[in-house]
Amino acid sequence: MKLLEHHGKQLLERGGLRVPVSGVASSAEEARDVASRIGSRVVVKAQVPTGKRGKSGAVLFADSADEAAEVAERLLALSVDGYPVHEVLVEECADIERELYAAVLNDPVSKGPLVLFSTSGGMDIEEVNRATPELVRRHPVDITRGLDAEEALEVVAGTDLPDAARGAVADALVRLYGVYRDSDADLAEVNPLVLTRAGDVVALDAKISIDPGSEPRQEAVVAAAPESAQEQLTELERRGRELGLQLIELDGDVGVLANGAGLTMTTLDVVHHYGGRAANFLEIGGDAYTKATPALSLVLDNPRVKSLLVNFCGAFARTDVMAEGVVAALEELRPDVPVFFTIHGTGEEEAVRLVRERLGVEPYDLMDDAVRAAVAAAASAAPAPSTAPVSAEVR
Amino acid sequence: MLVRSGESVIVQGITGRQGSYWSQRMAECGTRVVAGVSPGKGGREVAGVRVYDSVAEAAARHQVDATVLFVPPMAAREAALDAVSAGVRKVVFLAEHVPAQDVMEVLARARESGAQVLGPNTAGLVVPGETSVGIMPGFAPNIFRPGNVGVVSRSGSLGTLVCLNLVTAGFGQSAFVGIGGDPILGTTTLDAVRTLDADERTHAVVLVGEIGGVMEEEAAAYVATMTKPVVAYIAGRTAPPGKRMGHAGAIVTDGRGSGESKVAALTEAGATVVDVPSQIGDALRAAGAQAGEPDAAVRSSVREASPSR
Repeated sequence: MKLLEHHGKQLLERGGLRVPVSGVASSAEEARDVASRIGSRVVVKAQVPTGKRGKSGAVLFADSADEAAEVAERLLALSVDGYPVHEVLVEECADIERELYAAVLNDPVSKGPLVLFSTSGGMDIEEVNRATPELVRRHPVDITRGLDAEEALEVVAGTDLPDAARGAVADALVRLYGVYRDSDADLAEVNPLVLTRAGDVVALDAKISIDPGSEPRQEAVVAAAPESAQEQLTELERRGRELGLQLIELDGDVGVLANGAGLTMTTLDVVHHYGGRAANFLEIGGDAYTKATPALSLVLDNPRVKSLLVNFCGAFARTDVMAEGVVAALEELRPDVPVFFTIHGTGEEEAVRLVRERLGVEPYDLMDDAVRAAVAAAASAAPAPSTAPVSAEVR
Repeated sequence: MLVRSGESVIVQGITGRQGSYWSQRMAECGTRVVAGVSPGKGGREVAGVRVYDSVAEAAARHQVDATVLFVPPMAAREAALDAVSAGVRKVVFLAEHVPAQDVMEVLARARESGAQVLGPNTAGLVVPGETSVGIMPGFAPNIFRPGNVGVVSRSGSLGTLVCLNLVTAGFGQSAFVGIGGDPILGTTTLDAVRTLDADERTHAVVLVGEIGGVMEEEAAAYVATMTKPVVAYIAGRTAPPGKRMGHAGAIVTDGRGSGESKVAALTEAGATVVDVPSQIGDALRAAGAQAGEPDAAVRSSVREASPSR
């Protein structure tokens, strides 16, 4: 779960990092009030869970409260990267001496937390990293020991940071690491982390995302995240989410139901290989394998679906339980699209028997044959209505 | 990590519905399940074995070479640390949705004590004819059969399909290693490929990857040094970019995580990359792998001679 900047800054502030004086506004009037309370030049930033706002015109400056109202109005009418702007953050401008970059993230390669630090922070950090990777320090942390001041000083040692600032920057890294741990973040990034002329270290931005597996124990953080900051979903995708199923609408006409993300992605690849296009990605693997009935109704509620392909390879997910759910749904819904099955693995014999006896359909031995048949059936059906889906967009 | 027929396995969370069910199924596959662990439920008997309150107690009475965790995600850290601190050297970590920082902590402790971890979010591993540790259908003869092809897969369901295709094509497996679908894993694709490369009974390797992460690219550098034939399939190549597909690892992040990047890296390394799983059998044959007797010689030089795709 990606947090909006102002939400992330609350976590940073609670963790002892300095952030600028600011306020959230959802109208031009509110923006004017915040700006006049701050009483100096302000920056107005669209609150959307996506990167590169500076480069897409979603961060603007204002010298007066009236100007803040004006730019807020402009930003609130925008969509950035597919996210409509519902809120802006109005913030005092910092007196910047130097822009730094700091992040802590989960690193699959070292299998632990990784601290990234650079004295060349700011909008071009990716280019800096590409052109001069030696300017971005990479420091793996032993999670059982954590990051202390001494180790953080080693991270900043050897950079061109002024000696006087080292202690304060190292302290900010320790605190950022604390926020990362306390909030179960998989990424806690501050870009820029600035050194002010007064010698303070201030976080001017916050990109924090919470590890999905940790959401159940991060109730307070999750509850404070607005719905609008999450993925943009279609109606069917939203219904799927409510049922605890991950559905992604695609633009093809072969409805797909499979178990497990890997097998479902593969089913889509094989449909594509034989010249078809899948209408959806929907997997009922893991604990969701008992949800075949609601899952199938979601697939069939998509008006573009011209044939249905059911592909089960049971490991943990029992194919007999999934087949029972599918058969029950088909008996109830009686869709007028042809259905093609291929079933293997745990519970296979019982599953095949169920499909054969209750639906009068013979499952295919080979997945490729089932896919070919489903693709051919969709191709020979009437042309699909032209309802373009608005798909879920992530990152 | 591989678990052989002589090794003793305990089941943590054995008193749960899945733990007891899969304990029996693992035993049917030949796995030596010697005890179970469920805190607070010691003294019972489940699936024909004694239940203990902790791994240390079980280890005091039994030889324990490996443990498999059937525990819910929020209890997984404690259970895994229990096993690691009791000195168990092989930990199969099945749970999905385990907090990533818990996983990293378990992996750090495991590294200190010299234990290997498979998972989390894995379906486990199978040595056909010997053992099945986890939730794979090791008991299904149309899917698993003793042979000489080693299979590495992130996904259990896709791994099942690939193993089915191998048996249909006349091959058997020396081992199936499910490494798991999470971004942070105890055993990476590279680790598993190394294990299979070192395994005498493995004459060829099938590498099943997915879009997202950089594990396949990292493994490719090692594949280039191997003499055993490698056939790879990368799932999700037709998925629209930027879509989250359920496995946290399967997120297209940048150039390196994409299907094209993985295919290019593996092809460059000399592996044969197939478009769909049903082509794996033919690709193995073309790369010089022989079905049938596990001791059949593998003509390692054939790989250089056979152009990929």
